[in-house]
Amino acid sequence: MDTSRSYLEPSSFSKKLAATIIIVYTVITLIPISWMVMTSFKNVNSAISYPPEVFFEPSLEGYVNLFTNRSRQSQEYLDSLPPPENWYEELVRSREMVITGPSKFLGRYSNSMIIGFGSTFASVFLGALAAYAFSRFRVPLKDDLLFFILSTRMFPPIAVAVPIFIMYRKLGLGDTHLGMIILYTVVNLSLAVWLLKGFMDEIPKEYEEAAMIDGYSRLQAFFKVVLPQAMTGIAATAIFCMIFSWNEYAFAVLLTQFNAQTAPPFIPTIIGEGGLDWPAIGAGTTLFLLPVMIFTIILRKHLLRGITFGAVRK
Amino acid sequence: MSQIKISNLQKSFGDFTAVKNSNLTINDKEFFVLLGPSGCGKTTTLRMIAGLELPTSGEIYLGEEEVGMLRASERDIAFVFQLFALYPHMNVKNNLSFPLKMQGYSRSEIKTRVEDAAKLLRIDHILNSSISSLSGGDRQRVALGRALVRRPKAFLMDEPLGTLDAEFRELMCLELKKLHIDIGATTVYVTHDQLEAMSLADRIAVMDGGEILQADEPAVIYNKPATKFVASFIGSPGMNFINIDQGISNEQSTLNIEGTNFNIPKQYEISKSKKNSFGIRPENLSLTNEGGLKGSVFGVEYLGSRKIITVKTNFGEIKVKTNISTSVKINENVQVKPSNNNIIIFDGETDRSLKSEFMN
Repeated sequence: MDTSRSYLEPSSFSKKLAATIIIVYTVITLIPISWMVMTSFKNVNSAISYPPEVFFEPSLEGYVNLFTNRSRQSQEYLDSLPPPENWYEELVRSREMVITGPSKFLGRYSNSMIIGFGSTFASVFLGALAAYAFSRFRVPLKDDLLFFILSTRMFPPIAVAVPIFIMYRKLGLGDTHLGMIILYTVVNLSLAVWLLKGFMDEIPKEYEEAAMIDGYSRLQAFFKVVLPQAMTGIAATAIFCMIFSWNEYAFAVLLTQFNAQTAPPFIPTIIGEGGLDWPAIGAGTTLFLLPVMIFTIILRKHLLRGITFGAVRK
Repeated sequence: MSQIKISNLQKSFGDFTAVKNSNLTINDKEFFVLLGPSGCGKTTTLRMIAGLELPTSGEIYLGEEEVGMLRASERDIAFVFQLFALYPHMNVKNNLSFPLKMQGYSRSEIKTRVEDAAKLLRIDHILNSSISSLSGGDRQRVALGRALVRRPKAFLMDEPLGTLDAEFRELMCLELKKLHIDIGATTVYVTHDQLEAMSLADRIAVMDGGEILQADEPAVIYNKPATKFVASFIGSPGMNFINIDQGISNEQSTLNIEGTNFNIPKQYEISKSKKNSFGIRPENLSLTNEGGLKGSVFGVEYLGSRKIITVKTNFGEIKVKTNISTSVKINENVQVKPSNNNIIIFDGETDRSLKSEFMN
C-alpha cells in the first residue's frame, strides 16, 4: 500500500476526474452564453440564417439598434442629407434608415441598476441587523420567528402577485422605483437573514465585547468589528440578492410599465423591421449580463477568503 | 487606578446560580487572582465587574462609583480575553489605537500612547503586521497593549495565558508580573491554574460552586486553607485527608488514630460533627519505622529535587514529599508520621477548618 501520501489528499485520478467534469460542465453552460454574445455581433440577416453561421463578419449593428430609434427613408431623402457625422450614423444609413432619437434601453438599464443595487443594499443591511439580533440576543420565540421568516419563501413569490398588484395600486407604489426596491427586498430578506445568521454565529462574541469594553456602543461595535468580519457572508448574500433582483421578470412585467420598468421585461420587446431584432436583443442581453458579472468578480476575493477563513487559529 | 469592591453580588441564569452572594474588596494596585475549577463562577464574576454581564442583585464599586448596572463602555476598565479577541481586520497599530479613537484623543496623542505601550511590551517592531501573522506570545502582548493604552481604572484578565504553550506561559507570567509592578494597575485575573495564581497574585480568592471560599495571600491560602476544598485544590499534590470518626473538643491537643497518639495543634473550636478529617500537606509528613500510620509503598515519583511517595494505608492513599535520598521499594512496609505540627482538622459537617493554635 502506498503510504507516502496523505489520506486527506485526493488521488491524482480523482483530481483529473473532477477537472474533466468541471470542464465539460463549463463548456455546456457557456454555449448558450457565447451564442448570445455572437448573435449580438451579427447583422440582422446572419443572425437568422440557416444553417447558423459560426464564423461571420462581426458588426456593431445590434448595439447601434439597441440604443437608437430609427426610421426608413427613401434613397432621395438620404442623398439630400449632409454626409454622416460618425460611424453609427453611417451604419444606419447604409440600411437606408436615419436615427430619430435614443431608444428607451438606457433608461430601463439604469432602472435595473437603481432597483437591483438598491434592493440588494436594503436586503443585506436589514438582513445583517436581523441576523445579528437573532445570533446574539435572547429573542422570545426565536425559532418560531426564524421559521416564519423562512416560510415567506415556501411559495413562489408570483403566487401573491394579484394581492401585491392591488396593494401597490392602492398605495401608489405601482411603477415606482421605491415599490420595486421594497418588493425585491422583502423577497430577498429571508434568504439574507438565514445566510447571515450562519456567518454571525461563527464570529466569536468576544470581538464585540472587546469593542464595548474599548468604549464603543453595541451598534458601533457592530459596524466597526462585526460587519468587517462578516464580509464573506455579506458578499455571498449580496451576490444572491443581486442576482435575484437583477433577473426578476414576472413582477417587473406586472408592476412596471414606464417609469420604473427594468431591463428584463424591456429587452424581449425590441422589435426591428419584420420581426424581432435578434442582434439588438443579443446586445441588450450581453450588456445586461455585465453588471452582475463585474459585481461577482469584485466580491469574489471575499468569497474565496471565506473558504480559508476558519483555518487559522483565532 | 482604583479599588474594586463587590458586595452581595449574585448572578443567576434561569434556575442556575452562577455566583452566590459574593463579597470581595480588591485593593488599589493589587494583583488579585480569582482561582477555581471550571464552572465555579470566577469568569462570571469577572464579566460582571467588566459590565459584560449584569448582576441579578448586589453592587459593584469601582473606586467610589457604583457601576453594577452601567454598560461596559461606561466603566473605564480594560479586559484581556482568553482568545485575545484582537480585531483580525486591523493591523497591530490599529488594534492598539482602536480604544483611543473612541475617546477622541488627538492623532499625535494616540500615536505617542500607542508607541509607548508598544515599547513597554516590546512589540514596536510589529506595529504594521497583521494579527494573523503573529505568534501566540505576540498576540498576548498586543492584547495587553490594547488594554494598556487607555490607562483604565482596572485591568481584568480572563485566563489570558490559557492558550499559550507551557514555555511561553512561564515567560508571559514573568512579563505580566513585571508589567504589573511597572505600571501598578489594579488587576483582576481569572485562572484555573494554581501555579499561575501562586506566582502572580498578591492575593487569591478561591471559588467553588459560585461561592468565594477564601480570599487571602498565596502563602496563607496554601498553608492555612479555610475549607477542605481549598486544601485539596491548592498544592500539587493536594493536601492529604485522613478520616477520623471522632469529635474534636476544645483544648484538645492529641488525636488517637488506630491506637497511636498523634500530637495536633491545640484546638480552639468544638467540632459540629463526629466524622471529621485530619489534613496535612505531603511535605509535612515523613516516613518512619514506628509511631506512625502503617501502610505499604504504592508508588514513587521523582520530581528532580524531591520525591513523592504514595503510601497505601487503611485510610486510603497518603502522599509524602520526601527528599531525594529517601529510598523505598514498592510494596515495602512503612509508617507515615507528621514531621511538624502543621495539621488542620476539617469539620465533617461544614468542611471548614477548625480554629486551633496553628489555624488562628
